[in-house]
Amino acid sequence: MKIVADKPKMLTDVPLHYCPGCTHGIVHRLIAEVLEELGKVDNTIGVVPVGCAVFGYKYFRCDVLEAAHGRAPAVASAIRRVVNPENMIFTYQGDGDLASIGMAETVHACMRGENITIIFINNGIYGMTGGQMAPTTMPGEKATTCIYGRDPKVNGNPVHMCEMLATLTGPAYIERVACCDVPNIRKAKAAIKKAFEVQMAHKGLSFIEVLANCPTNYHMTAVESMQFVKEKGIPFYPLGVYKDITKEEK
Amino acid sequence: MKKLWKGNEAIAEAAVAAGCRYFFGYPITPQNEIPEYLSWRLPEVGGAFIQAESEVSAINMVYGAAAAGARAMTSSSSPGISLKQEGISYIAGAELPCVIVNMMRSGPGLGGIQPAQGDYFQATKGGGHGDYHPIVYAPSTIQEFVDITYNAFDTADKYRTPVMIIGDGMLGQMMEPAEIPPMKDTTSIFQKYNKDEWAACGHSDGKPRIINSLRIEPDENEEFNIRLFKKYEEITKNETRAEEYQLSDAEYVFVAYGSVARICKAAVVELRAQGIKAGLIRPITLYPYPTEVIASAAKSAHVKKFITVEMSMGQMVEDVRLAVNGLKPVEFYGRCGGNVMMPTDLVKYVKEGK
Amino acid sequence: MHKITISGFGGQGVLSLGKFISYSAIEQNLNTSWLPSYGPEMRGGTANCSVIYSDEEIAAPVIDHPDILIAFNEPSLDKFENSVKEGGIIIINSDIVHKKTTRKDVKFYEVPVDTLASAINKRGANVYMLGVLLPIFGGEISEEAAIHAVEHVFESKPKVIPSNIECLKAGIEYMKKNLK
Repeated sequence: MKIVADKPKMLTDVPLHYCPGCTHGIVHRLIAEVLEELGKVDNTIGVVPVGCAVFGYKYFRCDVLEAAHGRAPAVASAIRRVVNPENMIFTYQGDGDLASIGMAETVHACMRGENITIIFINNGIYGMTGGQMAPTTMPGEKATTCIYGRDPKVNGNPVHMCEMLATLTGPAYIERVACCDVPNIRKAKAAIKKAFEVQMAHKGLSFIEVLANCPTNYHMTAVESMQFVKEKGIPFYPLGVYKDITKEEK
Repeated sequence: MKKLWKGNEAIAEAAVAAGCRYFFGYPITPQNEIPEYLSWRLPEVGGAFIQAESEVSAINMVYGAAAAGARAMTSSSSPGISLKQEGISYIAGAELPCVIVNMMRSGPGLGGIQPAQGDYFQATKGGGHGDYHPIVYAPSTIQEFVDITYNAFDTADKYRTPVMIIGDGMLGQMMEPAEIPPMKDTTSIFQKYNKDEWAACGHSDGKPRIINSLRIEPDENEEFNIRLFKKYEEITKNETRAEEYQLSDAEYVFVAYGSVARICKAAVVELRAQGIKAGLIRPITLYPYPTEVIASAAKSAHVKKFITVEMSMGQMVEDVRLAVNGLKPVEFYGRCGGNVMMPTDLVKYVKEGK
Repeated sequence: MHKITISGFGGQGVLSLGKFISYSAIEQNLNTSWLPSYGPEMRGGTANCSVIYSDEEIAAPVIDHPDILIAFNEPSLDKFENSVKEGGIIIINSDIVHKKTTRKDVKFYEVPVDTLASAINKRGANVYMLGVLLPIFGGEISEEAAIHAVEHVFESKPKVIPSNIECLKAGIEYMKKNLK
């Protein structure tokens, strides 16, 4: 029999613990596919966050470190100093991890222009702890620590990470993609591939923000949560390339 | 009237009743219900809630609110409490009153989210740098959590010191009937504790109030440390609390705090039903430690040995040994990693010596 | 006094059945404790809770040997059946659990609670189970106390109160007929 579709070798057989309909699994797969296509599975080092992806080390068949909450970019920066420059290094972080507690580490890794890839999963909510407001929760969006909806006057404003980081000199490549339908997932894969290619070319830090969902804490079905990302998420967090020094070089 | 309260929510409402109007926190399991509850409850009573960007930030918000003369609180769980230690040291150094809740989970590192008591050293010995101790309470029922939280703000204000209340995932998540005491009059608190003398809340009387822990002259800093420890002596004299249970003729004395003390209590009941004279000393304050209660039990002829029971590899047992001072054997029974011992485990331990 | 372990899949109302018992116990002026299991997963997985009510102080909220086990799925029966006290009670949701207990020293009840409750209220299985428990409690918790508990829990959704009370009463009648 001919195999027409298979699981990437970079993913282990451990069943994912993610809720039904969650897009973490899709992004895991995209990373695995990309690294396989680039022939980099064997010398990749991942750094996973605290948040829903905390068990990431179970799912990727490569060396993985579990970092303290928000500190993955600092951890990855140090690994970069120690290992062979050909080793691929990526961090995989949620919005609370990357844009709240880890904001300083994120910004400073970008400022230094570390030759690493940051995959940023933005679903606008704390998933694992049960749906608290995230730094990317949109105005009006409900969470367990803003039950009447985020009011910027009371709860502050959300942050647009790509736009902010693009003002820095350090990063080489910044793009925002979404994981809400097949065409967007294809674009997400292309962006992740580009990010790792930038790293392979030693151009500096690449940052991919993926607009993701959280059906459980949105209190929606999987399909509804995808619609939400598409109809509410994308207009607020516009997709596209925010920085690309490879283009500037040409 | 008694209502069924979840531990975390009961603490939150008790804090409101105690006059706490400012809460700063960050999500971490198993304490999330405290910030979640206060995020809507505090605005209802004219207070404010901020979900900080990190625990480091949250504890410094507490520093700010306390410095401005308010009753402020933060809560977290073990890894988050580690992040707060710098701020707690500054709060102790600046002599500010506040309440910090730690719903302990297992460590070290990220550990797990199930109940544990591995933060005893951190809590009682001053987890941050320098010579200081917060007052540390370890309630064992939801009602006791309520009562201690309700009074903790007064204690903090009275001594101008951080107060820590520690529980664990079990106490935070479980439900029990509890009664919340009436709302305290918040308008009188500021005057009652003479906060105008020191609070940096904007003065125009030509006497700037400075909130500071920098004492760069060695003599000045030493003098401060000595004064701080005089305060701790007074706290030890006035605030030390422990429960003694079935101690008058006990041969086997458990020493345990928080949820574990309840498990020991059940074991005492079972052991006594089987004709074995067991008892329990339950420290309610972990700092100041009820050394005298344990020391006097150690002198009682009927006491054969002490068994310290903790959800850790053995931390409080060191204070029990100091109190017993070699008069009687002090043994240790512990589970950790998020595992909880059962009353039958303790019955078996006493009967079989293992 | 009863020590009850309730276990099943997340979403089967395991935790809320425990709360119903605790609320009823409060209405009866009894002491009670409700201790849930909790884990990192927000959805799926297994859930269980330990519920105790007593007219005396409740020391340990943990239960090593329940006198009543309510198993809403097979893994729960497998996991907890050996912990049940000698002479205790095991109740299964026989709509989901298709096996019997291996224990010979306990009373075993197979209650098709989903089927029975859905005739009245599709979401009423746990209130129906509360009714089933009352005759087992032998009058320690009255029907009135349980009704108050149901009214209290559904305070914000008054529309569903009558059908839940109906479920409760049907559960009581069911167990009155089947009590061993």
